[in-house]
Amino acid sequence: MKNEIITITSKYQDDRHRLMDILIDIHDLYGYVSEADIELLSERLGMSEVEINETITFYHFFSRTPRGQFNIFLNNSITACMRGHDLVKKALEEACGTTFGSVSQDGMFGLYSTSCIGMNDQGPSAIINDKVFTNLTTYRVMKLVADLKSGKSPDEAIYESTGDGNNSDPYVRAMVFNNIRKRMVILDKDHIKFEVVRSLLKGHSPEEIIDIVENSNLRGRGGAGFPTGLKWHFGRRVESEHRVIICNADEGEPGTFKDRVLLTEFPDLVFEGMVIAAYATGADIGLVYLRYEYRYLYKFLNHILDKMRKEGLLGKNIAGIKEFNFDIRIQLGAGAYVCGEESALIESLEGKRGEPRDKPPFPVEKGYLNYPTIVNNVETLATTVRIVKNGADWFKGFGTKDSLGTKLLSVSGDCKFPGIYEVEWGTSIREVIEMSGADDVQAVQVGGPSGVMISVKDIDDLGTTELMKWYKPSGMMVAQKTFDRKLSYSDLPTGGSIMIFNNKRDLLKEVVMNFMDFFIEESCGSCSTCRNLPFIMKQKLQKILDGHGVRKDIDDLLSWGKIIKISRCGLGQTSANPIVSSILNFRYLYEQHVKAMADFDNVFDLEKSVEAANSFVGRKANFHHA
Amino acid sequence: MNKKIIATTSLAGCFGCHMSFLDIDERIFDLIELVEFNKSPIDDIKKFTKQVDIGIIEGGCCNSENIEILKAFRENCNILVSLGECAIMGGLPALRNGISIEECLEEAYIGGPTVQENTNKILPNDDELPMLLDKVYPCHEIVKIDYFLPGCAPRADLIWDALIALVTGNEMELPYEVVKFD
Ligand SMILES: Cc1cc2nc3c(=O)[nH]c(=O)nc-3n(C[C@H](O)[C@H](O)[C@H](O)COP(=O)(O)O)c2cc1C
Ligand code: SF4
Repeated sequence: MKNEIITITSKYQDDRHRLMDILIDIHDLYGYVSEADIELLSERLGMSEVEINETITFYHFFSRTPRGQFNIFLNNSITACMRGHDLVKKALEEACGTTFGSVSQDGMFGLYSTSCIGMNDQGPSAIINDKVFTNLTTYRVMKLVADLKSGKSPDEAIYESTGDGNNSDPYVRAMVFNNIRKRMVILDKDHIKFEVVRSLLKGHSPEEIIDIVENSNLRGRGGAGFPTGLKWHFGRRVESEHRVIICNADEGEPGTFKDRVLLTEFPDLVFEGMVIAAYATGADIGLVYLRYEYRYLYKFLNHILDKMRKEGLLGKNIAGIKEFNFDIRIQLGAGAYVCGEESALIESLEGKRGEPRDKPPFPVEKGYLNYPTIVNNVETLATTVRIVKNGADWFKGFGTKDSLGTKLLSVSGDCKFPGIYEVEWGTSIREVIEMSGADDVQAVQVGGPSGVMISVKDIDDLGTTELMKWYKPSGMMVAQKTFDRKLSYSDLPTGGSIMIFNNKRDLLKEVVMNFMDFFIEESCGSCSTCRNLPFIMKQKLQKILDGHGVRKDIDDLLSWGKIIKISRCGLGQTSANPIVSSILNFRYLYEQHVKAMADFDNVFDLEKSVEAANSFVGRKANFHHA
Repeated sequence: MNKKIIATTSLAGCFGCHMSFLDIDERIFDLIELVEFNKSPIDDIKKFTKQVDIGIIEGGCCNSENIEILKAFRENCNILVSLGECAIMGGLPALRNGISIEECLEEAYIGGPTVQENTNKILPNDDELPMLLDKVYPCHEIVKIDYFLPGCAPRADLIWDALIALVTGNEMELPYEVVKFD
């Protein structure tokens, strides 16, 4: 055992910054990290055991106690719940002979719940030993577990066909579907791979490339909407021995899955975008932070990187450009939504807990290993390739005046055609509803749990109103901050997640409660506001739903929603959005539940609350009723 | 002007808030010109004798007696103020909230290192004693509280300013340092 650990750490030169990789390798071997391993790691990596424990305990996919031979991580996002998650969960418990959060007695199955795994259009889905199983039903669960019990590997247990497009590639072999419903310029099938890097870069100076991107007014697609050209410009400006381009493929916002589809069908485009960014900014280090949930794409993506290296598109003197040296490494995450926040992502890349950093300094000044670092979303990078190829003016032909280009929407929930829609900015919610074949719509959640929820009434009012207006979540950091201000837009993810809810859904009980659970689960715990308030607010909402609410409770929720804005990162800042935005847009749902006449209602029950102590000390309750 | 009537009590608190209150020092002479005390440890009146304007609560609720007193305060006072950390959040006593009541009693009366003479392993169960609650509750989870004055203990000046504001009906000045988050 000792030797194996040493082999692993040696593979990473005993570098503490590679702790994530080391832990993943250890999990692959043993399924967990033991006390003895931690001791040995501490010795080899020159870190304290506490530091190593800090990292291990932060991530869903790491464990300090033995897990099962098969570990089933069932996704519990709202759309999965709407499509039978609870039945699947029960079926899994019965079939595996254990309850969620534990391992079966024979050590065969471990059952765990997990936040959105980027499969909202084909849920409920689960990850079993890194393989994704989609569209689960009670029947399929029985079949699946029986297969595993009979000795099949998860790979063989994919008893149906693999998915469309590259999901069937030998390097992928996943039961996942792309569900691309509408293509425009980014999802254009006829593009010529690596054309820009091969033939266009040479003719332009790095500054010219930045100019093109700046002129296009492209804004980051990862949620914060920071101008991409400006970010590149800042990254280039800082003097440093190395510069870093990071592709943010953490895609954790519930309801988004477009980065998954881009990485499956257009990985070349994403990597080409990274090479262009590296050329423009003078970066030599490239990193893709790939969420663990997408590990099934890892081999496939590495295979493409290998091909690029062979073709001179990565490595030294790329595409024949003297001294243009750049390479890309894929770093796997280990299950933590907050790691999508760029500074948390960098911490994680350095082998630490994914806790957001205080800013400034911003990553473009001091990022990965303190080098200037540009973090861009998968879709942003893919888009830059099209822009450099066709020019800024071409790009400006799409979208509206202040939001240019197209956007990939991840549509899920109550509609006939969930999947990916590439639309121009300016598309109305009504059009999205029509495109996706949804009817009887009660509400549309734009931008994931941290976004806003809008009602049918709003949609009617929308008419020609631009999507962009809604796309900006109400909780978008402090409102005064504008795009013109420099480096002040560290923000929340609204990667185009659109979730549709029909009139049968109970918005508060089902949807808002689910979103609050998500934030409670995913908070990194640094800020007392984000650590506590979502929990307390959820309790308050429960009190209202239980019929104990009064009007003051609604006001309290709104005012606490303001306090939460002082949290350090977008996760905390937006964690009250499900409640606040549903109060603002669906106040009647709350009013229905609260007592109109009472101004106070406690849920406290004196008789119940003395029971435990009385029975322990052996006495009867005795109320004096003064 | 009619004197306002004040009542105070300490529930699951340490009387620190009351001590801080007394730190208004000689201003107590000014106060007594403005107010009259009813039920309060300050004048040792044990029962409400009339309707009170302002009730000041120190401490949260850890047993059935606390609940009874708090409810009596709500009934007899027009305005209730939670004074200090324990009344507002449960405070130090609420540290037991993460531990089961059985474990707490066991540690306090049977197995704890400071237990020396309880050879018969008796747990307090006399009928005269208040009954312990399953956890320590902040006052506003039991009755409606109108104002909260944070601090552990709140400074005498803060208590003074708040009282004067309540008695005179003027707004209290709350500079940032007083209400900042942590
Ligand atoms: C809690 C949180 C989660 C985030 N998750 C992601 C994510 O999964 N993918 C992403 O690209 N950006 C995410 N972001 C935004 C990133 O911090 C960053 O702004 C973005 O990657 C920058 O790329 P862009 O300018 O190309 O959008 C997240 C932000 C926060 C606060
Ligand atoms: S807001 Fe929440 S997730 Fe973000 S740093 Fe603070 S505690 Fe962590």
